[in-house]
Amino acid sequence: MTAGTGGGGPSKGTVHIVHLYPREMSIYGDLGNTRALASRLRWHGYTPVVHQHHPGAPWPEHAHLLLGGGGQDSGQVRVQEDLFTHADRLRAYAADGMPMLMICGMYQLFGQAFLTVDGTRLPGLGILDVTTTGNATRMIGPVVLDTLAGEVVGYENHSGSTVLAAGQEPFGTVRHGQGNNGADRTEGARVHEVIGSYLHGPVLPANPALADHLLRVAATRATGGWEPGEIDDSVAEQAHARQVSRLLAG
Amino acid sequence: MIRSTLAIAAGKLARHATRLRGGGSALPGLVTERIDPGILAHTLADLPGGVVVVSGTNGKTTTTKMLVALLRAHGQRVFTNPTGSNFTRGVISAMLSEVPLSGRLDADWAVLELDEAHALHFAAAVAPTHALLLNVARDQLDRFAEIDQTAQLLTRLAEQTTTGVVLNVDDSFISRIHRSVGPDVSVGWFGVDPACADRLPELQEADVREVDGAAALPVTADASLLLVHDERSFTVTGSGADVGPVTLRQRGLAAMINATAATATARAVLGERFEPGVAATTLASVTPPFGRGEVIDVDGQPLELVLVKNPAGFTVALGTYGSEPVATMIAINDNYADGRDVSWLYDVSFESLREQGVALTSGVRGWDMALRLQYDEVPVERTETDLDAALEQFLHEHADGPKRIFCTYTAMMHLRRRLAARYGLARFGEDAQ
Ligand SMILES: [Zn+2]
Repeated sequence: MTAGTGGGGPSKGTVHIVHLYPREMSIYGDLGNTRALASRLRWHGYTPVVHQHHPGAPWPEHAHLLLGGGGQDSGQVRVQEDLFTHADRLRAYAADGMPMLMICGMYQLFGQAFLTVDGTRLPGLGILDVTTTGNATRMIGPVVLDTLAGEVVGYENHSGSTVLAAGQEPFGTVRHGQGNNGADRTEGARVHEVIGSYLHGPVLPANPALADHLLRVAATRATGGWEPGEIDDSVAEQAHARQVSRLLAG
Repeated sequence: MIRSTLAIAAGKLARHATRLRGGGSALPGLVTERIDPGILAHTLADLPGGVVVVSGTNGKTTTTKMLVALLRAHGQRVFTNPTGSNFTRGVISAMLSEVPLSGRLDADWAVLELDEAHALHFAAAVAPTHALLLNVARDQLDRFAEIDQTAQLLTRLAEQTTTGVVLNVDDSFISRIHRSVGPDVSVGWFGVDPACADRLPELQEADVREVDGAAALPVTADASLLLVHDERSFTVTGSGADVGPVTLRQRGLAAMINATAATATARAVLGERFEPGVAATTLASVTPPFGRGEVIDVDGQPLELVLVKNPAGFTVALGTYGSEPVATMIAINDNYADGRDVSWLYDVSFESLREQGVALTSGVRGWDMALRLQYDEVPVERTETDLDAALEQFLHEHADGPKRIFCTYTAMMHLRRRLAARYGLARFGEDAQ
């Protein structure tokens, strides 16, 4: 059972994926997002190159798509300094339309600020116009969203409660679960081609439409176009459909 | 003391009642604890030896079983809690069957396997004399949302311990705890011998690995280290005399490191009385506990049930069994006891199953499991989310050969109940001999 046609024919081009801080910020299977994108690029007939960016390392020469995940508090502290070293570059990429998917902890760091329980204000990159407040209780559980990429399923696990500034688009609308703050039914945030979200799962394997949306933008930046191959997504569709119907029924 | 007697009497009564109904193990403990919250302290604090607590994410049950066997082989009388009751009330319930109304246990030592959060709750009632801290891994994220938090629970447990702690030198979350123990508390170490440190990645996740491990210990450190000879045999080196070579009745590196941890702790508890020869013979005779490689005879062919509950555990299980040519089924549920988030499957590499393939994926999240395998290019013959139907097909289609099922907790309970009805197995919590 191979999912893709891949393999045959010359490569349609090389797409460079940068995974930010895979050691510190890829808890709860977030590495699965990187794996899903690399595999799907191959299945579509492209050549993926995955760069793992660690704190203090030189920035990769090519980048067409950025990924980041969630982490322990200790991990977040370790990456912060490096992230700010690259702040201007990241803001420029975002404004230029580079696709990015930032999950949980990295979503928070891409926001304006994080306010800790004791009132300290930790600044973020400010790419997404959101502010997160530390909470004593966590929001944990399965999630279903409506998004521009259709229904999205995942699993949230966060103690921060995030609020969107006026005019900031959410990534999706919550149909099951808590989302940004458990109150306004928004989940995540998106601006240009940057998506921030709390969804682990990991989110991309079970939501191939979202994965392919990111790849289309990235491949277009890398090669000037997007020529998707034919992928058999029947297993992903089963996994996705069963979660949706089970959660929306309950 | 009258209060304790009353509490024990009430608990015994509740125990008898739940037994008649075939109920769970925690209720009698709850009854007893309600009447006398200090029951644990009253009963355990006066033991002539002391109280040894075993905690950490992976390997508690196997390690506790080995440690109990080691102490008993050295002539010690040991009270322990049976498999699966690693909560305070479970300990009290277990005690009820052995304690007379006077509240005096006929034992030198209590050796208790305790869940991380409950270990602390327990320590608040009875300060352990010894603590063995195994590892910290992602598990049951619904309860312990952060590894950091779990590590803190274990640190506080070590702070409560009065005589000696035994720590994993290769798990940085555990090894750094040595800075937190009291000045009069001895520190013993277990870990992987630097000569075979290349095997470490099979045992744990990258984010808990200390670069130096045992190689960084001072020469004066009290350390018991695992030296692997081959897939079956090993020696525990260090601290005076070596234990081994030993061949366990359970396979795999994880069982070997559990044996190393149990040996380190037996050394800490017994001191001069520890005999390497007795230890080696004892370890070789311990049978694997329920769900840790239990083998069931299904119409003349072995069927192995392997419990998987977190990335480190699944990785270890695949390292132990993965490349063997047996028919394989994987059953993943996402009930509370399994962990409701299946993200962790993406932190496990399934490449060792690629050549052999997987016959069936099942459980509520059977399709998610199939999807995960697709990304590791492991062929899956079919997915059947209904566990009964899947088991039926699996046994039928692979009747002529050895079989293995990797399963999460509630999937295992379900499958085992079915298999027990058909093939007559020991009940949960009892050992399949
Ligand atoms: Zn999270």
